[in-house]
Amino acid sequence: MAFFFAQLLTGLANASSLFLVASGLSLIFGVTRIVNFAHGSFYMLGAFIGVTLMEVLPGHFGFWGSILLTGLAVGLIGAIVEIVVLRPIYRAPELFQLVATFGVILVIQDLTLMIWGAEDRLGPRAPGLRGIWRIFGEPVPKYDIVLIAMTPFILFGLWYLITRTRLGVLVRAATQDREMVGALGVNQAWLFTGVFALGSALAGWGGALQLPKGGADLLMDFNIIGTIFVIVVIGGMGSLPGAFIAAVLISVLNVLGVTYLPSSTLVLMFVVMAVVLIIRPYGLLGREEVAGEHGQVGAPETPIRPYGRLGQAVIAGLLVLMALLPLVADQFLLILTIDMIVFALFAASLHFILGTGGLVSFGHAAFFGGGAYAAALLVYHFDTPMEIAFLFAPLAAGLLALGIGWFCIRLTGVYFAMLTLAFSQLVWSLAYQWRAVTRGDDGLISIWPTDWLSGTVPYYYFTLILGVGGILFLRHVIHAPFGYALRAGRDSPRQAEAMGIDVKRIQFAAFALAGVMAGLAGGMFVFSKGSVFPTELEIAASFDALIVVFLGGVKTLAGGVVGAGFMTVVEDWLTRLEYWRLLLGLVIIAVVIIAPEGIVGSIRSAWARYRGTGDEEVAK
Amino acid sequence: MSEILRVENLKKSYDGFVAVNGVSFGVAKGELKALIGPNGAGKSTCFNMLTGQHRPTEGEVFLDGENITGRKTRDVWRKGVGRTFQITGTYQSMTVIENVQMALMSHHRKLFSMMPRAWKLYRDEAFEFLDTVAMADQADRPCSVLAYGDLKRLELAIALTHRPRLLLMDEPTAGMAPSARIELMQLVADIVKDQGVSVLFTEHDMDVVFAHAHHIMVLNRGELIADGSVTEVRNNPQVQEVYLGGGTLFKEEDAHA
Repeated sequence: MAFFFAQLLTGLANASSLFLVASGLSLIFGVTRIVNFAHGSFYMLGAFIGVTLMEVLPGHFGFWGSILLTGLAVGLIGAIVEIVVLRPIYRAPELFQLVATFGVILVIQDLTLMIWGAEDRLGPRAPGLRGIWRIFGEPVPKYDIVLIAMTPFILFGLWYLITRTRLGVLVRAATQDREMVGALGVNQAWLFTGVFALGSALAGWGGALQLPKGGADLLMDFNIIGTIFVIVVIGGMGSLPGAFIAAVLISVLNVLGVTYLPSSTLVLMFVVMAVVLIIRPYGLLGREEVAGEHGQVGAPETPIRPYGRLGQAVIAGLLVLMALLPLVADQFLLILTIDMIVFALFAASLHFILGTGGLVSFGHAAFFGGGAYAAALLVYHFDTPMEIAFLFAPLAAGLLALGIGWFCIRLTGVYFAMLTLAFSQLVWSLAYQWRAVTRGDDGLISIWPTDWLSGTVPYYYFTLILGVGGILFLRHVIHAPFGYALRAGRDSPRQAEAMGIDVKRIQFAAFALAGVMAGLAGGMFVFSKGSVFPTELEIAASFDALIVVFLGGVKTLAGGVVGAGFMTVVEDWLTRLEYWRLLLGLVIIAVVIIAPEGIVGSIRSAWARYRGTGDEEVAK
Repeated sequence: MSEILRVENLKKSYDGFVAVNGVSFGVAKGELKALIGPNGAGKSTCFNMLTGQHRPTEGEVFLDGENITGRKTRDVWRKGVGRTFQITGTYQSMTVIENVQMALMSHHRKLFSMMPRAWKLYRDEAFEFLDTVAMADQADRPCSVLAYGDLKRLELAIALTHRPRLLLMDEPTAGMAPSARIELMQLVADIVKDQGVSVLFTEHDMDVVFAHAHHIMVLNRGELIADGSVTEVRNNPQVQEVYLGGGTLFKEEDAHA
């Protein structure tokens, strides 16, 4: 019992830092509607800046003063990021900003590496709080007790700020209706900057406060971001008390999980989130997001048409060039092109549900990796011939999508996104921890194609036919009644239901189809590489696909494919350099600012301006 | 005359607040009937219970004798009830005619079809519906650039595509210019006459109501206080008192003036 109580205290102590970071993310999302992937980076910056300051400033004052200063410094950095990177793109399509924040992650990662080096830093102990106290005979670090004692004050302070001050009134008003706040004469730009700075500062404080318990390392940005999103979603977006309860819940569960169920640690919080969202679709204390409450941002999507003669000729020409490529290209270029086609199909499948369906999935890698693993497992364990194993990639991914979709489709918006993320983490942890079957992070190797496809050139044609075929099929479906019904459900669910369309069923079917196509891409992937590792199922893999879809242009049909091609080539060039993350991050941010409608969308707008035609033109 | 719609003791309450309190009425076949009442009287709530957006707390709804209480919106639509909304909800990313084609694809149960090109389907049929509401010349414009009155007419065309037996129109002329209002309601009246559709509509513009409605119902604070012919309702002292504040604006001679 005493041991249990001590564990509870450790959990509570961990919760204070998590709560700080999570409330910052919640605040930023509530007001600016930005899903800030870079929030973990601000947390990491807080840790590194905190360590440095603590080394310089001595004693009690130095320690606590460092923490205070750290928050202010990170807040300032947050403000700069907001002004330079985010402010130019607020009018871009919804969620587009997350691409920019992804660029910020990369930039901060490399800058941190440049400034502080690759070595992990151990956090200094808090002066005067180095020892332990015994509670019921169990040792509990003094610093933990101080953290636990501080947390209610932090909660109260934030609660006071949000409910009792003028800034709080503005923040709450902006959370409900940004446009109205603007109409009432509030300078939105500075409100957004202020909130972003405050949110970043909270992340920085969180990073500095946890130093005596942990330290600073270069992986902590990605390590915490998943947890933070989970906490915000479990608590309910925009609810501070909710975030607090969820932070305590997750921290305590984590501590208990480490003790009693060590193999569950990676998924425990995602299981909790999935359960909470299935029972309470808007989190513990969150409120239902009324559809369209925040209004569509940016211009409405233009009506779609298949390419005219010119467009078809260009595509046909491109395909002929690709078919002739093996005549001139070396092995290396062919493999790069195979990668590109595989990634393009993966991105096109995500684009299908994201762009056409309006369903933002944060866990699409589950189907890509799931398909890859399905085929690889058959080959590895049963020596199944490639021809048969390959078919199981789209099949298994489709079934997986049916299963996951059945739970997720009932949710909307960011909650849908988070539940897909949770399920993809479940799949990932299966691959990672069920070593008997999947060999964990050793991966499944020697998954080579059958003899007649074993050369690079035959496999190139195999990929070209299936990949391009899959992409063209998805395009065809978008132009078919099913695709139209999917768009109808996205544009106006109410109107769709009022003309007999079962919106959820259409979305469910689309989700499954996207899963099948992602699985197909996964199957092509595994036989081209000869192996598959849990990394293909990671959050980062899902985010990669998300980034290219937005980068290419979510409101254009070719967006996913073009974005994937662009990204494959750019990454191939940049990863040869030392600080490639910095450069890639800057490239992403530059593209986002120069082309806020995505690459294809912005080219199309420029073309329309050049030809002097208005938005009304619809090619017949 | 037999009834297309019969509503019995319909009630909706939210956490103790009673929005609609025990309303009963009927709509005869081939009738153009108005439901009027001040803002917040419960008109839209009533409509939403009829077409399945809201579930009634109590009461029953019969469509041509069949109990459709609490059925889903899309099922009610399949049973032949059309609906337009106070705030239009057309598909912004489609052209005008595609909006109509979408409804036709649903009507012909082609929603899961993945092969045919959608914009080729039922195009001629869609044109006819657009022609009915004088929108054919704008068929290929994107829906997002339409003027508000045109959107309202497009919505009407969409609501007619499955040849409804009953059409519910929630403030069909709100936000339109006065001349356009009369035009639109004349159009609705013609459709009622030509196609035998029954129409129930809510409206704030009394010119529109008195010019076209066969019968009028008055809803106030969730209760039906009058249901009768135009003259009956106009001369009903309770309606004048409660709904019009007892003003003289509303004497018969004024309405004809």
